[in-house]
Amino acid sequence: MTSITHFDVIVLGGGLAGLTAAITAAETGATVCLLEIAPRALRGGNTRHTRNLRPMHALGAFPMEGAYDFDEYLDDLLRVTAGDTNHALAELTIRESNHALTWLQEHGVAFQRPLSGTLHLGRTNAFFLGGGKALVNSLYRFAVQLGVHTIYEATDIALNISGDRFVDLTYQQINNTHRISGKSLVTAAGGFEANLDWLEEAWGPAAKNFLVRGTPYNKGDILRQLLDAGFKQIGDAAQCHAVAIDGRAPAYDGGIVSRVDSVPLGIVVNNEGKRFYDEGQDFWPKRYAIWGRLIAAQTDQIGYAITDAKAEGLFMPTVLPPLKSTTIDDLARQINIPADSLQKTIGEFNAATVSGSFDHQALDECHTEGLPINKSHWARQIDTPPYSAYPLRPGITFTYLGVAVDDRARVQVEHGNPSENIFAAGEMMAGNILGRGYLAGIGMTIGNVFGRIAGREAARHAN
Amino acid sequence: MTICNACRYCEGHCAVFPAMERQTVFTQNNIDFLSNLCHQCGACYQHCQYADPHEFGINVPAVFEQARRESYTQFLWPTFMQPAVLHGGKFMATTLLLAISLFFLAIVGLSGMSKIFAPQVNFYNLMPHSVMAGAFSLSAVVVVVSWWMTLRRYWHSISLPSPGSIRMSTYRAALASALTLKNLDGGHGEGCYESGESPSLWKRRHHHLVLIGFVLCFFATLLGTFYHYSLNVPAPYGWLTLPKILGVTGGIMLLVGCAGLFWIKQTADQRLVSHDNGYGSSLTALLFLTSLTGLGLPIAKGTGALGFLLAVHLGCVLALFLNFAWGKFIHGFFRFIALLADEHQKTQ
Repeated sequence: MTSITHFDVIVLGGGLAGLTAAITAAETGATVCLLEIAPRALRGGNTRHTRNLRPMHALGAFPMEGAYDFDEYLDDLLRVTAGDTNHALAELTIRESNHALTWLQEHGVAFQRPLSGTLHLGRTNAFFLGGGKALVNSLYRFAVQLGVHTIYEATDIALNISGDRFVDLTYQQINNTHRISGKSLVTAAGGFEANLDWLEEAWGPAAKNFLVRGTPYNKGDILRQLLDAGFKQIGDAAQCHAVAIDGRAPAYDGGIVSRVDSVPLGIVVNNEGKRFYDEGQDFWPKRYAIWGRLIAAQTDQIGYAITDAKAEGLFMPTVLPPLKSTTIDDLARQINIPADSLQKTIGEFNAATVSGSFDHQALDECHTEGLPINKSHWARQIDTPPYSAYPLRPGITFTYLGVAVDDRARVQVEHGNPSENIFAAGEMMAGNILGRGYLAGIGMTIGNVFGRIAGREAARHAN
Repeated sequence: MTICNACRYCEGHCAVFPAMERQTVFTQNNIDFLSNLCHQCGACYQHCQYADPHEFGINVPAVFEQARRESYTQFLWPTFMQPAVLHGGKFMATTLLLAISLFFLAIVGLSGMSKIFAPQVNFYNLMPHSVMAGAFSLSAVVVVVSWWMTLRRYWHSISLPSPGSIRMSTYRAALASALTLKNLDGGHGEGCYESGESPSLWKRRHHHLVLIGFVLCFFATLLGTFYHYSLNVPAPYGWLTLPKILGVTGGIMLLVGCAGLFWIKQTADQRLVSHDNGYGSSLTALLFLTSLTGLGLPIAKGTGALGFLLAVHLGCVLALFLNFAWGKFIHGFFRFIALLADEHQKTQ
């Protein structure tokens, strides 16, 4: 049984980017259909797990502390991406981010002063009251009031693209196939970080040991269809944002609580009991993103963060307690690594520590000397039982590979003009701006900015 | 709880989450404190990324509702009254039935069967003021002693210092939170989420109606006592006298407020409410019935219904007194003490 329905604008994906696009288009009077692959309770893609965005702002903008101007923002972006960004789009994003707070507040999203334990982000980042799911709920409520036709559990979406034009699509819902057509298509269906097969193409078998921190629904199906239809790719599949998280976290959707912040306070060993990187190179918030890759490079993609009693209470509480023991040998047995090797590593590490005054909130003078891999800060002997171990695995947050867009969010054809009626927003095109690296809150910023642009342009084309 | 403490996204909704973050270990005492600090607004459930169908299945309001009732049970004095919490509905029904029968028999005993169904203008003809005042004074003593014994145990268990050593500003802050029901505003002022994903201020408004209505009725009673003993002006009072105006206004507010709260409970998101055997509804029901029968008395004046209605009304009041001591009424005190502990901890 197939039913046909026609809309001005069809939006694929119901996270921040898709919701912003759908609302923006509907506010111009366009008829809008939003397809969300997840069931209602799990809607919102990775936005559900977020908590802030990064808007450029002048002094005094609630809920921000201080000001964050265009130049500083651009400097930050250029620094983290090492220049791997489309400058025109980066500047557009930053300029438009100035309106993000107002736009969200006008659409029912509440903000709050920074959360505790959020790494001094109060000046640059605006926190959603209640987190990302509260934002998602508010925007869906607004979208429904505007008459946006929202369809949940829309799976197996197949795009019918003729040349560079979107014609119509089919999707499955509860074993029924539906066909809908639209004058414009906004693709905002996220990255492919939950598609371990696709990750395996870039990472090899190691990908099978990755944990997905966010939604299990970001399989990259729409992204793949756009690339297969000849639209221009940006970034490569081997780039992903992966952090070191608790190895015991759920395979999907572990979110924020899977974090382990004890690394700088001790040592990290692989399953041969050997250290492999400077644990005290910099503050953890500035380093956790490289540890995902470091652990991905170890045998079986696992590491163990080992601390002694002195570290207890100095880092954010974890959901699962660490594995604990009064002896190193027993701890090694619990985590199934050779005890003599771990003893040797810790012995050599302890012998190499240089005494100094310890301060976990500053880049202190405690370091090691003479090791092949030294620890730069917070190096204290691991000698006070009980000893703790957290298993660490790479936790993938998002992918960078996407489709190239122009300043009207139109997807670009490889060697040609942009499509006139296919637009992209959010993680699918974030790689245009964030080619590599990470800046807290930039993903949500891009989602809102390009959601607004895509919604506006899609509606304009439809009229 | 360890998941909440590692996540902290709900920090802005209410006082519970910042208070939770001040704890390093979660003991039963902490649960007794935090669960009573929770006002059951539901925001943290509707906004939880780890709520069902997530495998963590987090539902803080439901867990705390259960824990709250366990704290009422645990601290209740005397302990043999614990069934009043565990089987609130049955307790209410039994006490109501017994109390109404008691007053009916008392009226019959004092005035005779013939008088009770005869048209009456003054209910003191059916039951002398001294008997009523005596019965309820005795009940009030039982209520106050129970409160004292129950609440001092709770006070100490959540590590509050002696009342005299707490600053006045702490009392003021806690009282302000209690009276404004700050913790039912969702943190953004738009209200709570007990009915679903959209915030609503109606629970707070209806609760205000009930509380203010109750206070008005309480003052009406005090004023009546003052009129009776000091001014030597016994009831019944005319429609335009102060006790009557306070009582009637308060009674109507109670009727509307209780009906509203009852409606909200019926339409609440079922995932947020656990089965409490009628414990919560019993207070709403008793306040409603007491107001209804109380407002009925002047209307029934001069008819044969007055005697029967008086017995029912006095029965409701007595059952309500028992609820004050051992029923849902004590939630107000537990919450206030929890708010006080929260404010006190913030000053430490």
